[in-house]
Amino acid sequence: MSESPALRTTQLGKRYGATWALRDCTLDVPTGSVTALVGPNGAGKSTLLHLAIGLSRATTGTVEVLGRSPISEASAVLPRLGFVAQDHPLHKGLTVAEMLTYGRKLNPTWDDELARRRIDELGLPPSRKVGKLSGGQQAQVALTLALAKRPELLLLDEPVASLDPLARREFLNAVMEVVAEHGVTVILSSHIVAELERVCDHLITLTEGHPQLVGRIDEIVASHRLLTGPRSDPSSVARVHHVIRETHTDRQTTLLVRAGGHVYDTCWEQHEVDLEEIVLAYLGYRPGVASRAPAAREVVTS
Amino acid sequence: MPAYLQLVQQVRQAIRLGILQPGDQLPTVKEVVTSLTINPNTVLHAYRQLDFEGLIEGRRGVGTFVSADPVPPPPDELKSLRSSLERWVERARSAGLDDESIAGLVGDALRPSTVSRVA
Repeated sequence: MSESPALRTTQLGKRYGATWALRDCTLDVPTGSVTALVGPNGAGKSTLLHLAIGLSRATTGTVEVLGRSPISEASAVLPRLGFVAQDHPLHKGLTVAEMLTYGRKLNPTWDDELARRRIDELGLPPSRKVGKLSGGQQAQVALTLALAKRPELLLLDEPVASLDPLARREFLNAVMEVVAEHGVTVILSSHIVAELERVCDHLITLTEGHPQLVGRIDEIVASHRLLTGPRSDPSSVARVHHVIRETHTDRQTTLLVRAGGHVYDTCWEQHEVDLEEIVLAYLGYRPGVASRAPAAREVVTS
Repeated sequence: MPAYLQLVQQVRQAIRLGILQPGDQLPTVKEVVTSLTINPNTVLHAYRQLDFEGLIEGRRGVGTFVSADPVPPPPDELKSLRSSLERWVERARSAGLDDESIAGLVGDALRPSTVSRVA
């Protein structure tokens, strides 16, 4: 792909005091993808998103958004980004209509028709105070504000964490419709994996500020296997495959591996493994315990 | 199984069973996305695969349609397969299998290689 990725980070790091919130983060997010940014609370998801939109400055390394720096070229980049922060901060005392006026006055590229149509389709009364809306409705208002900028890249920080299952579904549905209609690139962070597989095609997992798994979801699922066999030392497997997690009982050993080819050893029975289990294994995975593949730029083409 | 393959299988099956007829229009990507809350790239991927298999064809600016000649099995054959399957299901029930076990058995027979010991 010749165009620049929607997001490119190189050796990106951010330190708060003595703590590295993000370190050694080198990755690309391809244009047109819907990428899930997954990790436990405090793993650096918000830090990465804040660096991407120029809300904070990198301690080390570089970040490029839509091919430009979100800090030194902010005026060229920011109008092309939509961002919904965690818990959808809105002015609770304003009405829905006032919130839209606020968005229109602050954003030169505002699509007022789109904003009004969305609010209308959602059945939200324009005269209602934002603070009186349900959590799901507030999330939809926040999303509307971000979408009315007609962004090329939409960044959503834990957009559905506080919503009930129905509101979650409605929110993700709205995001997917925008992807279908306008081809927007989306990065959404979450600590819930279950419902992301349907809506995302790329995945980044962060653990303790470091990306562990970066790539297309279908390739990630296809390359991992669960091996079970009689209790044994996994070192022979580890010579060929990358062992992510090993568990042993008295009689049985279970390995989750990133397969470096076929598994030929007949003492292992192999099973397919779903995305959620893979992600959980990586989130519990500490580099150095099992050796990690060298971190070249972890590019994925869409 | 990847989500796009699930879509491919559903359409393929609908065509084979005659639920979708040649010339029928498939929903737009946006419509599928709206009804399933699914990534549009997944739908596009599925449609590309079905197109590649010759089962559907896109007409620019109009939509996506079931191809004129997707070669379904002859209706007689389908009927006979169905009745022998019904007899088989009856036999399985009288052998004490419940629906879940029957579905499991059928699924197992269709995918002999999901649990494989590779030599």
